[in-house]
Parts: sequence; C-alpha cells; structure tokens
Amino acid sequence: MSKVFVFVDHTNGAVAKTASELLTLARSIGQAHAVIAGTSSDLDAAVPVLNKFGASSITLLESGEINNHPSSAIAIALADLAKSQGAKVILLPSTARGKEIAGRLAVRLESGIITDAIALTPELVSTQSVFGGSTLVHSQIVKGIPVITIRPNAIEPVEAAGSAAIEKVAVAAIITAKITSREPAVRGARPELSEANIIVSGGRGTDGNFAPIEELADALGGAVGASRAATDAGWYPHSHQVGQTGKTVSPALYVACGISGAIQHRAGMQTSKTIVVVNKDPEAPIFDIADFGVVGDLFAVAPQATAGIKARKG
Amino acid sequence: MKILVCVKQVPDSWAEKKLSPAKVLDRESADAVLNDLDEYAVEEALRIVEANGGAEAGHTITLLSMGPERAQEALRKGLSMGADAALHIHDGALAGSDALSTSRVLAEAIKKEQPDLILTGTESTDARMSVIPSMISERLELPHLSFAGDVQVDISAGKVVTKRMTDEGVEAMEAPLPAIVTVIEKINEPRYPSFKGIMAAKKKPITQMSLADLGIAPNEVGTGGAWSEVKDFALAPARGAGVKVVDEGSAGSALVEFLAEKRLI
Ligand SMILES: Cc1cc2nc3c(=O)[nH]c(=O)nc-3n(C[C@H](O)[C@H](O)[C@H](O)COP(=O)(O)OP(=O)(O)OC[C@H]3O[C@@H](n4cnc5c(N)ncnc54)[C@H](O)[C@@H]3O)c2cc1C
Ligand SMILES: Cc1cc2nc3c(=O)[nH]c(=O)nc-3n(C[C@H](O)[C@H](O)[C@H](O)COP(=O)(O)OP(=O)(O)OC[C@H]3O[C@@H](n4cnc5c(N)ncnc54)[C@H](O)[C@@H]3O)c2cc1C
Repeated sequence: MSKVFVFVDHTNGAVAKTASELLTLARSIGQAHAVIAGTSSDLDAAVPVLNKFGASSITLLESGEINNHPSSAIAIALADLAKSQGAKVILLPSTARGKEIAGRLAVRLESGIITDAIALTPELVSTQSVFGGSTLVHSQIVKGIPVITIRPNAIEPVEAAGSAAIEKVAVAAIITAKITSREPAVRGARPELSEANIIVSGGRGTDGNFAPIEELADALGGAVGASRAATDAGWYPHSHQVGQTGKTVSPALYVACGISGAIQHRAGMQTSKTIVVVNKDPEAPIFDIADFGVVGDLFAVAPQATAGIKARKG
Repeated sequence: MKILVCVKQVPDSWAEKKLSPAKVLDRESADAVLNDLDEYAVEEALRIVEANGGAEAGHTITLLSMGPERAQEALRKGLSMGADAALHIHDGALAGSDALSTSRVLAEAIKKEQPDLILTGTESTDARMSVIPSMISERLELPHLSFAGDVQVDISAGKVVTKRMTDEGVEAMEAPLPAIVTVIEKINEPRYPSFKGIMAAKKKPITQMSLADLGIAPNEVGTGGAWSEVKDFALAPARGAGVKVVDEGSAGSALVEFLAEKRLI
C-alpha cells in the first residue's frame, strides 16, 4: 500500500491535535506514515500518541536545531524523504507553520499544492470551503507528489491502535534566517484557539469586560475568541482574533457574544458546526447564520447559561 | 537600498465573492482593491526609508504585482501612499495561475530587479493561501522572515532584524540582505494617500512586463500549466434558519437546553 505522509506538529514532543486528525485521514487513503522533526526525546514522547492513531511507520528527522528555524530546514528534509520513500501524498496541518512548510515542499518537489482542505477522498479529490464558507470547491492535484494542508478540526480523529516501525534520519539544519532570542507565549489552561472544539467569543458588546465570556468558555471547556473591535481596543490579545485577519476556526460550537457579524468576522467562523449568538440588536447580521440566537444582553444571558451548565455538570 | 513590495489586487473584502463558470474567481463582479494586508507592507517600506535617511539617501520603493489590467488600480493606490515606481506583470496567459506559477513569475521578476529587501503581506484576502512568500524564498534561496511585527534594517551591517510574532510567542530573528520579510497587520497603521500623493502617483511610472520579458513560456502558467485542477464547485448549502428567542429572563437557560439537546454539554 502506498505511503501517506503526515507531518506531525508538536511542542517538545507534545503532539498537536492536528496530528490525530491527519493520521485518521491518512488511514482512509493508504498507510499512514508519520514524520516528526526534532530530538529523540521528542520522538519518545510522541510515539504513544502516533501509535494510538494508527501510524504504520514513523520517521524522526533528527536534529536538535531543526525547530529553531521556522520552516526551511524541515521542508528540505521532508522533501528528500518523500522522494526517497515514494510518498503518495503529503498531508500537513493548515496552520501558519504547516503552510510555510507546505509552500516550500511544493517548490522543492515541483508539486501542486492545495491549502485549507476540509475533506479528501482516497482518489485525492479535495474539498475547500472558500470565500468565508459560501462556496465549496473540489479540486485535484495533477502534477507531482500532492502537498495538501488540512484545516484543523475538519476531520474527526478516530483511534486505531497500532505499533509503528520507527526510523531515525539525521538531518542538517541549514539555517538562513536565525532566531536570536525567544519569548514563549504564556499558555493558559484553555485549549488552543485553532484546535478548540468549543469557542466563546466576545466583541465590542463586552465593552472591555471579558469575564462573562471567559466564565462561559471555562464552563464549556472551550477557548476564548474575540472580534477585531475587541482586539483593536486592546481588550483581548490579537492572537485570539477570529476572522479574515485573525484565525479561521471551525469548532463544533461557536458562541458569539456582542459581535455584529461583519463579513470579515464571518470569514473566520462561518464553517463552525453549530453557531450560537447573543446580541442585543435583533437586526445584527450575525443572526443570519445562527442555529440558536438570543436577542438579549450578554451580561444577563451568558452568566445564566454558565450557571446552568455548571448546575448540570453538578 | 532598493525595496520591492509585492502587492496583490483583490476583490473588495466587503463584497460577496464568487467563482465564474470558468471555475476561477469572478474578478469582474466586485470592486478591485489593493489587498488590505499588503497596505501594511507598503507602509512599512515607507517607514524603513524614512528611518534611514529618506529618498535623498538613495533609497527607492518599487511595487510588484502580477494580475489583470485592473491590478494597475491597486498599484496606483500604493504609489499614492508614496512608493516610487511599479512593475505590473500582465499577460493573458496568466489567467487561472496557481500558487506554483504565481510564485515562479514573481520570483523571476525579483531576480531581474535585484532588490535588497522584499516586503510582502501575510495573506491575500481572496484565496488566503498564505504561501507565496515562502515559495518565493524557496525558489530564490533567500532567507524569509515571516510574521514580522517589527522590522529594523541595518544597512551598514547588511542585515535585517525582525520580531516574529505568532501564537508560540515572540522570536527575535535576523538575516543577511537580500531577504524577504512578511509583515503582520499589527506592525503599523497604513497612511491614507494625501491629495498630493494621489496627484503625484498619476505621474509615477508603471512598467508593464510580459511572460516573454521574464523568459517564461505561456503554456507553463495559467489554467493550462496549473499543477492543480478545479473539478467543480457549488454554493455551500445555506445554513438552515435557526431558532431566535428574545430574552425575557430565561434565555440563558433555554440556551443550555439547546446545547444539551445538541449534546454539546
Ligand atoms: C481588512 C479588514 C480585516 C478585518 N478583519 C477582521 C477579523 O479578522 N476579525 C473581525 O472580527 N473583524 C475584522 N474586521 C473588522 C470588521 O469589519 C468589524 O469591524 C468587526 O468584526 C466588528 O466587531 P464587533 O462585531 O465586535 O463590533 P460591532 O460591529 O460594533 O458590533 C458589536 C455588537 O455588539 C452588540 N452589543 C452591544 N452591547 C451588547 C450587550 N450588552 N449584549 C449583547 N450584545 C451587545 C451590538 O448590538 C452589536 O451588534 C476587519 C475589517 C477589515 C476592513
Ligand atoms: C478561492 C481560491 C482558492 C485557491 N486555491 C488554490 C490552491 O489550493 N492551490 C493553488 O495552487 N492555487 C490556488 N488558488 C490560486 C491562487 O490564489 C493564486 O495562485 C494566488 O496567486 C496565490 O495565492 P494567494 O493569493 O493565496 O497568495 P498568498 O500566499 O495568500 O499571498 C501572500 C502575499 O504574497 C504576495 N502576493 C500574492 N499574490 C501576488 C501577486 N499576484 N502579485 C504580487 N504579490 C502577490 C502579497 O504580498 C500577499 O500578501 C486559489 C484561488 C482562489 C481564488
């Protein structure tokens, strides 16, 4: 069976949720071959998760330096590996880093590239949801080893216990642009926005008070998002902005509180599976895409919902 | 120092976008504008020049765009902000070009121009692939500093220093020139063109380039030369009209019931 390459994103061996999604997808196409870049200890930490999601084989692109460079060194090593092992297709997460690597891979392999796919058939016909979710496009790569990035949360991860064969390939990190210092972001306890299953977002309607948004997010076990009006005002960090110039998300549940639903905001959340809206203005355009809309004050509705959820959970 | 800024013409982000029967973006149906995110790259170029002695010190800013006739409108906007000149790659054979072709065409033009610094936006608001800058970097083997929220050029040392701002945190990066820097929208506040700027832009040169000028055969680009093929497209099913309740004191609880029914809690 042909090898379906999966690029595994991780932080010090803690595997990103996208890897479980990509491995699940890979198994529907052929043999899932996980490729991870980093050190042996990163690999040791990652193997149990990769096995749980049915990787048939794993290659470690081994280098202590490789993750110090945003993308080019990984792309070089991954392209060489794909060629020597005859990859059928290479799947990467549609994240900032995944796309950077994918673009370089396409150039190095002289292969077509498709970004932000939400589905892929065994014949490698991809589905993209474009123009803010208004249009679905089916396309196929016709030259080279297809390089396809898959939008986080588009595939439901399914476990399939296995025991992958492991190989290590030492790679040189060829560095052209170097990182001279690093200030890691402070990670809260909440899930990562682009991976979250549930997102509660606040907009200008919060008037700078995100407490009811955060409390509802925590009751639901979700992440916190924000509109640009909220991030521009400095009420919430830009890294939480959802929309055209922020993150594109498609969680199972998106709760928009005090957000009007400008086209640029919808572009980042319209493909969410269930959309809930709380807004004072019954005419707000966001109601057009709501599965459940409440015309009301978020400062009354959100806390009541939070209390109700907590009461149910006991 | 010669700075080159890659700018794309896109449909206005407020407009509804759609695909044409030829399975490409229907660019006639919406107003065309300069990609919002590329305005930040133009602004940053202007600031870099201003911080390093201005035009008097011999620094120039050239805009580069590949696109249809109307891309000139986007180029004029950049010129009216203060860029000096523009290159417009325009060739009928380019219609329907994919990312491989686009990055190749832009890379060939950059090779001809030999800039010291290339600035780009992070993504276009139409196709939103966010891959063209790293593809150009790979083709030209130039360092790429992505997600720059701050850019400083040290001309005498021949290097560029940036702050890369992503979810993972902030990274200080540096690379020797020539290099490609992709800016994020937090970097600055793009200026509005002044009346004087708009008038001056009318006289600034926009040089047209064809594929022949770049040594690329027409059949290697466009829909025919593409590495990927759109099979079909359809409007996404409209979201069914949902439930809308007016809060009279218990809508929060009704919301909890809805979530429970949907098995979301
Ligand atoms: C190039 C470009 C890119 C952009 N990118 C993005 C992007 O990535 N993400 C993004 O979000 N926007 C983006 N925007 C901005 C976008 O156009 C809107 O301005 C923005 O989304 C508005 O944010 P908002 O909905 O929070 O604010 P508003 O539009 O002001 O809406 C606030 C809403 O809150 C409601 N409200 C007020 N008080 C309450 C209350 N107590 N309870 C309940 N409801 C209340 C109001 O009825 C109103 O509907 C972009 C714009 C441009 C031009
Ligand atoms: C809805 C849609 C989906 C598409 N999907 C795919 C796909 O999956 N695979 C594929 O190969 N092609 C695809 N295309 C074609 C693709 O849009 C073009 O090849 C495009 O030129 C490159 O992508 P981008 O606009 O997303 O650029 P991005 O990579 O998002 O642009 C980043 C930056 O590069 C610079 N830049 C980009 N284009 C130009 C230009 N023409 N002139 C000057 N500077 C530029 C700008 O500074 C811009 O900010 C798609 C097109 C559409 C409309």
